[in-house]
Amino acid sequence: MIEEQSIVKVGMADLNVVMRSGIIRTVGLGSCIGLTMYDPQLKVAGMAHVMLPSSDIAREGQLNIAKYADTALPALLDKLVELGASPSRIVAKMAGGSQMFAFAGTGDTMRIGPRNVESCKLKLAELHIPLIAEDTGGNYGRTIELDASTGILYIRSVQTGVKEM
Amino acid sequence: MDVFKHFKEFKMDVLKEVGNIGAGNAATALSRLLNKPVDMAVPKVQLLPFEEISEKVGGAEQVVIAIFLRVEGDAPGNLFFILSPEAAKSLLKRLVGIHPEADGLFNEMELSALSEIGNILAGSYLSSLADFTKLSMSPTVPALAMDMAGAILSYGLLQFGQMGDDALLIDTTFLEGDHEVEGQFFLIPDPDSFAKIFQSLGVPVDHD
Repeated sequence: MIEEQSIVKVGMADLNVVMRSGIIRTVGLGSCIGLTMYDPQLKVAGMAHVMLPSSDIAREGQLNIAKYADTALPALLDKLVELGASPSRIVAKMAGGSQMFAFAGTGDTMRIGPRNVESCKLKLAELHIPLIAEDTGGNYGRTIELDASTGILYIRSVQTGVKEM
Repeated sequence: MDVFKHFKEFKMDVLKEVGNIGAGNAATALSRLLNKPVDMAVPKVQLLPFEEISEKVGGAEQVVIAIFLRVEGDAPGNLFFILSPEAAKSLLKRLVGIHPEADGLFNEMELSALSEIGNILAGSYLSSLADFTKLSMSPTVPALAMDMAGAILSYGLLQFGQMGDDALLIDTTFLEGDHEVEGQFFLIPDPDSFAKIFQSLGVPVDHD
């Protein structure tokens, strides 16, 4: 039986959700984080492509909540709950947060990957969502895909190919 | 962000000239290295959504070689020199007589040679720009990466990220006579740097 799978794309500083047989993906994560939340019982999956650690530094008029770890994670959780997911069942996975360029002088901007990772973990703890898998750090880019029917996260990189978690 | 949307045509022209001067000098440097003429396209200056920036080099997942340097000083920003792996191979072959393996991977020496070539080109881009604007612009040590374009370019967007979802990009493509070596320069000045660049070039800032 061939089942039609819908693929939902999540852009940079964007978030979205998919249900049951759908796949949700985001491409070219560098220092950004691809954070997924999943309710295994309802098979609802959500993904956020987080770019910056905290909205405190925002200077934009209209805040794009999907861009910052501290605003994107609660927003993603709300979206899942709206679809009927139960916060007590939701589990998180994340990938990205690498440091693509290693400089001698490592200013704050250059450490943005690790800071994004820290900030996401902090927010997950605050929201009482367990982080069950992560593939973060390193100095390479990642493309990730979450299959809503299984909850498996596929991570592809140029050097190491595809891995599942 | 709206500030950038309302840049008058002539301001865009000024930024094009910035790209022209920088890339022009880099092209001259490359042409001397190759001992061959190198052509340059008219620079494009565009305010683009983050997503579309990597489309300019073939999409967020396209593997590219990038030499990145952060510009510090009066007008901070990010400068990328981007090559396809094929163009990089061709450069290596012509400049240093290295023939990389066909599997698309580069060894340490090849990467180091590429990094040095990128360093020379990016350095000449930046120094001519600093001369032209009379602003102090000092580059960090260049770093080289070969990876997905989206992952690499997102580094240049962090400063714009705090202000909105678009970035203003000065994009200049150059190609060697027979089109075997094609490269792109992306200059992404920090949002606050534009006023300084305009000011130093005598463009009125406050009357957009």
